Amino acid sequence: MSKRLINILVPVVSVLLGLIAGTIIMLVSGYNPIEGFSALFYGMFGEVFYTGETIRQVTPYILSGLAVAFAFRTGLFNIGVEGQVLVGWLASVWVGLAFDLPKVIHLPLAIIAAAAAGALWGFIPGFLKARFRVHEVIVSIMMNYIALHVTNNIIRTVLSKNSDRTPDVPKSALLKSPFLEAHTDFSRLHWGFLIALAGAFLMWFILEKTVKGYELRSVGFNHHASEYAGMNVNRNIILSMVISGAFAGVAGSMEGLGTFGYASIKGGFTGIGFDGIAVALLGGNTSVGIILSAILFGGLKVGALNMPLETGIPTELVDIIIALIIFFIASSYIIRWAITRFNKKGVK
Amino acid sequence: MEYVIEMLNIRKEFPGIVANDNITLQVKKGEIHALLGENGAGKSTLMNVLFGLYQPERGEIRVNGKKVNITDPNVANNLGIGMVHQHFMLVDKFSVTENIILGSEPSKAGRINMRDAIKQVRQLSEQYGLRVDPEAKISDISVGMQQRVEILKTLYRGADILIFDEPTAVLTPQEIKELIEIMKTLIKEGKSIILITHKLKEIMEVCDRVTVIRKGVGIGTVNVSDTNPNELASLMVGRDVVFKTDKTEANPAASVLDIKDLVIKDTRGVAAINGLSLEVRAGEIVGIAGVDGNGQTELIEAIAGLKKAESGTISLNQKEIQNLKPRRITESGLGHIPQDRHKHGLVLDFPIGENMVLQTYYKKPYSKNGILNYKNIYQKAKTLIKDYDVRTPTEYTLARALSGGNQQKAIIGREVDRDPDLLIAAQPTRGLDVGAIEFVHKRLIEQRDRGKGVLLISFELDEVLNVSDRIAVIYEGKIVAIVDPKQTTEQELGLLMAGSTVTRKEGEHSNV
Repeated sequence: MSKRLINILVPVVSVLLGLIAGTIIMLVSGYNPIEGFSALFYGMFGEVFYTGETIRQVTPYILSGLAVAFAFRTGLFNIGVEGQVLVGWLASVWVGLAFDLPKVIHLPLAIIAAAAAGALWGFIPGFLKARFRVHEVIVSIMMNYIALHVTNNIIRTVLSKNSDRTPDVPKSALLKSPFLEAHTDFSRLHWGFLIALAGAFLMWFILEKTVKGYELRSVGFNHHASEYAGMNVNRNIILSMVISGAFAGVAGSMEGLGTFGYASIKGGFTGIGFDGIAVALLGGNTSVGIILSAILFGGLKVGALNMPLETGIPTELVDIIIALIIFFIASSYIIRWAITRFNKKGVK
Repeated sequence: MEYVIEMLNIRKEFPGIVANDNITLQVKKGEIHALLGENGAGKSTLMNVLFGLYQPERGEIRVNGKKVNITDPNVANNLGIGMVHQHFMLVDKFSVTENIILGSEPSKAGRINMRDAIKQVRQLSEQYGLRVDPEAKISDISVGMQQRVEILKTLYRGADILIFDEPTAVLTPQEIKELIEIMKTLIKEGKSIILITHKLKEIMEVCDRVTVIRKGVGIGTVNVSDTNPNELASLMVGRDVVFKTDKTEANPAASVLDIKDLVIKDTRGVAAINGLSLEVRAGEIVGIAGVDGNGQTELIEAIAGLKKAESGTISLNQKEIQNLKPRRITESGLGHIPQDRHKHGLVLDFPIGENMVLQTYYKKPYSKNGILNYKNIYQKAKTLIKDYDVRTPTEYTLARALSGGNQQKAIIGREVDRDPDLLIAAQPTRGLDVGAIEFVHKRLIEQRDRGKGVLLISFELDEVLNVSDRIAVIYEGKIVAIVDPKQTTEQELGLLMAGSTVTRKEGEHSNV
């Protein structure tokens, strides 16, 4: 079987398996699966409003997926995307509130601040890994909690007077677009999707076309040989985590400057970072794959909102169905792994 | 009924290549039958066909005269065929017995009967003289013993025909001797053995008959008693092979590498290199002879900038380079063929083409302003692949997919092409067949004749004696003697390597 065929076949089969599992759940609980799924798909793309909402949801998923994938391609597992999203979100809003500048400067500055904050949050586990061989998974998980509570505290004490949200970011720093909103029946669609697509191009370009990308991939595959060849392995580990964190930080700014236009106290994680892991793995850690899998994840997330409204299926059941679909898609990684393993053996 | 195994006119194709074409292999009961061929000649494919991992396109297999259809390894097991793989298939954290019974555990009501299993393993081990502790953990035992566990695994499953896939590649000389004894015991106990190898010495020593394949085609079967290593080598390679490498007298010039009083500590803080001094001049090959673990690895790594020198100096082209970054040292004229080509020489998941620029990718013409120029990279790769006879389907093939010999040729091509003033060749021919060894030796001598210095580190005395212009004997982190390969013998070297200085001292006294 050709590699390309496997790459296409595996996700298709796993999505089908997920749908079948969802069908069984709905049948068992006495709901009509056809109605249920048509409500789901209607809720994704059935109206321009839904399409706009789906694209809005896809935007941060693409960026968080890129963040995970970038680290992964260089042999690192960045579990800290969630925390990097949070600090990016806060940084973008902070810059949005703190300055009064023309839009051409203010908006890019706010996004760059988000990238820088995410990069800093990625730098810490990267540095500890490079310098002391502390595993990046442990550090980055802990950095998530630090991010959650530090951002909450800053929102409550610095950016507001004991309120649970910041004031609204002025227009000059917003990604929001009255034009896009008007054309999608007043969804919250904003210009961020262009940034996400540019990010996908950027990752591909860095990894495949640049000298640095060559080093990063080489270190990811075999750091011994890279060291022998004169590459600075530690610097590449740090750089990889920094770039990964920057992608995640920008993902946060999509929410801060686009969807919401403010930052608010959070009781728990946003899920953007954790879902990014699944987005990246499902997308095979490639730019195009990540865009496609982000569309699927974002679509399911938005479409699911319509299911209880139209069919009366309780939200809890909808969550289970969505989780099952994602579960089967996530297992596609296992399926793919199994197939390639099998193929490798066959060729030997 | 004379043959236990007959593989008749076997043909196996893979997309694009014929791996086995019309190969016939007939193994008599109670013999050690060698399967000889170059790297990539199709030996492993043929054995995988016999073991049921591949299905042949044509030909038939008979076991004890009966035609069989081996669809998977379980069928092969049931027919009494067992395979001792080159890369061991053992669970490190399990004990010897647990590994052996894995997959066919003696159990009662879901509980494994360990006592019986251990007893059985011990009994088998004694019967065949394998000397394995059934209760030891795999991670605690030597490579040689792990191999014996693999042998026990096949015996435990009732194998009568054992396939050994390059069994000596990972063993020390002492362990090889023991393995040969074990094979002889196995034959005495009524087993038959197929030995996959490209080492002629071993064939001459233990085998009864040998079947030669070359580039996937069966060349024929000969009795070992009727042949000699030269004939086998030319059968295998398809042309005459020169064992003694031709070379002219060395013409050494200025010093390229000058090491003075070098001290290197290993990870435990013990001096692995302890006041070592050594010189390599332009236009000579200096061979380092020594038993593994006497500081060779540390010495290479220190020269390459991968290990810190505690004290002393290393000069490359009269400039001190100790403790500089690897890239600085590479750029000042060092080429390095590393000991472990998979770990240090190649990025196996990169295409072979991208591996060809592993040290030069950041320079023109392979990149400009930080952007890679794939056209130039692959053009270079194509030239090197052609010049160094690297056999690969394309330059885009992953390095992982190449055979060991071709991977090594690729590394040598890359290192020699940069035209370094000093070339370190660490175990450059490990695991290669005679044809490839000849090729590597020629290239090293070529570099020397072009006025470059070569430092050769090898555990094969033949190689050191054959290729070097001077031999430095390393013992416990010091150079204990420098000898002329034309005037020394393997015996003398062996003694020096073992730390004995008696012979040399006596010689000095008699000269006084």
